[in-house]
Amino acid sequence: MCGIAGIIYRGHTSTQGRSGDVGRDMTRMLQAMRHRGPDSTGYALYGEPSDLLVMRFKLADPTDHRDFDFSERLERNRREVEARLAKLGAAIDRVQGESEYAYRATFRYSGELKPLADYVEDVPGAEILSLGNSLEIVKDLGSAETVARQYRLDGFRGTHAIGHVRMATESDVDIAGAHPYWAYPFSDVAVVHNGQLTNYHHWRRRLERLGHRFQSECDSEIIAVYIAQRMADGLSLETAMKQSLDDLDGVFTYLVVTESQLGVAKDEMAAKPLVLYEADDMVALASEEIAIRAVVNREIDTYDPYEREVLVWSR
Amino acid sequence: MTQPSVRVDQRGLAEPDATAPKTATITGETAELDAAELSTRLINLELRWLLHTEGVTEVVVRNPGARHSIAVGLLTRCRIRIDGSLGYFGCGLIDGPEIHITGRVGWSVAENMMSGVVVIDKNAGSLTGAALRGGDLVVRGHVGARTGIDQKGGTIIVGGNTGSMTGFMMQRGRQIICGDAGQGLGDSMYDGAIYVGGAVASLGVDCVEAEMTPADDELIDRKFRIYGMQRPERFRKFVCGKKLWNYDNLEPSERKLVL
Repeated sequence: MCGIAGIIYRGHTSTQGRSGDVGRDMTRMLQAMRHRGPDSTGYALYGEPSDLLVMRFKLADPTDHRDFDFSERLERNRREVEARLAKLGAAIDRVQGESEYAYRATFRYSGELKPLADYVEDVPGAEILSLGNSLEIVKDLGSAETVARQYRLDGFRGTHAIGHVRMATESDVDIAGAHPYWAYPFSDVAVVHNGQLTNYHHWRRRLERLGHRFQSECDSEIIAVYIAQRMADGLSLETAMKQSLDDLDGVFTYLVVTESQLGVAKDEMAAKPLVLYEADDMVALASEEIAIRAVVNREIDTYDPYEREVLVWSR
Repeated sequence: MTQPSVRVDQRGLAEPDATAPKTATITGETAELDAAELSTRLINLELRWLLHTEGVTEVVVRNPGARHSIAVGLLTRCRIRIDGSLGYFGCGLIDGPEIHITGRVGWSVAENMMSGVVVIDKNAGSLTGAALRGGDLVVRGHVGARTGIDQKGGTIIVGGNTGSMTGFMMQRGRQIICGDAGQGLGDSMYDGAIYVGGAVASLGVDCVEAEMTPADDELIDRKFRIYGMQRPERFRKFVCGKKLWNYDNLEPSERKLVL
């Protein structure tokens, strides 16, 4: 089933958007939809943009076997990631552990992202969850409250976010199978998806031939990589999303976020739900209105976008 | 709003041994229920207690909070006003009540209603009136996709637009849509009639346009008078083309099974 949610704050006067307690708000929205997906929860949060790059990565999975040298190996691999960042000319600001196996690194780097990401992911067990100037992806097993507590997301302030609660149907219950997916190697682009894609293998082979990497067997990862490829071809986010309606088969409602935008696309049968609330101070959307009401506690006007609709908002 | 925590037993049933909280304010045959602090099951138990034990015939439910499965399975004549919005599966499996919802509803409102009236002032999600058997379902705003899927009777009235596959596989009953209808209108419908006041994006498989009769206009006028709705100038009528009707190819015993 899965539940998806998105929120983008809008200022009354400024066109720059405004910050809010986006970690807390997204947790409330996702927790209200816990019945749609109890397996894992994920966040793509946008903090205040800075000139530092922020990279979220993991070196193991919560379900991995804890052998005798588990923590030593993690420590060794973390140092290896730092060494490789330094070797490519990144000036590391700090690297901190966010959980037993997930980390957040900030650094200065002006080169291309793909060689850096490829080099880091070559470290055993390493997967980059997100990389960008403001995007931070956090995902783990359990409910929104569990993940928010583990990663201390209540204090996260930012401009917009998307989130996902997952009921695994076609692939494993692990962090690699959890949403959101970063559009590797594009800075600050992430996707969450509710549905099933029926031409997954077709697109996976196509995109792999173009040099893209896949971390999971999850069909939703296709959307992130597809959008990344289309943007590499020079398309705008909105045009790429419109093209996806013809290229992707199956049933889907998906959300995409960039450093400044939040977009939604629905398949031609409108098979998967989405409720939209648009106000002067925010746009909130979710699989169920109950999630929106978790952050706007009053009677509101909402509507369901129709089939083949693509909508994009800027902060 | 934080939702009340709900105990679920080993079978996955929510609050299997719960009883009505009896917190509603009763004045004669009317009652007012504040749902803000109650779980879904407690709200429904309270409604049953009011209607079946306390002899109440009119209930106002406040703070429904867009929760799912509210006011379901009510099998008695009564009037209910829901002051706000409901989530999915609101007012499903009912037989008799007149329900007025002042907000919006999510997917599958009034699913399988046998008789009664459900009026929604704002928008509705997809699968509105799925498998409706009887009664009137009125949505003053827009509705999502697959409105009246598998409809077997009754009348669905929509003040605004509808999404794709409206009347998908409907078998009987009527739909009156004042606005535009999405693609695949009446796809694979068996019988019944769909009236559309606005534009139709495309017709579904085996759905054809038919001529409006005086009886059709009389029905629409009567329904619109009841619900105080503005009638669009012109309606077009869509019915089943009967190209997919293959029942006669079956043996009589098989036919019995199909029908």
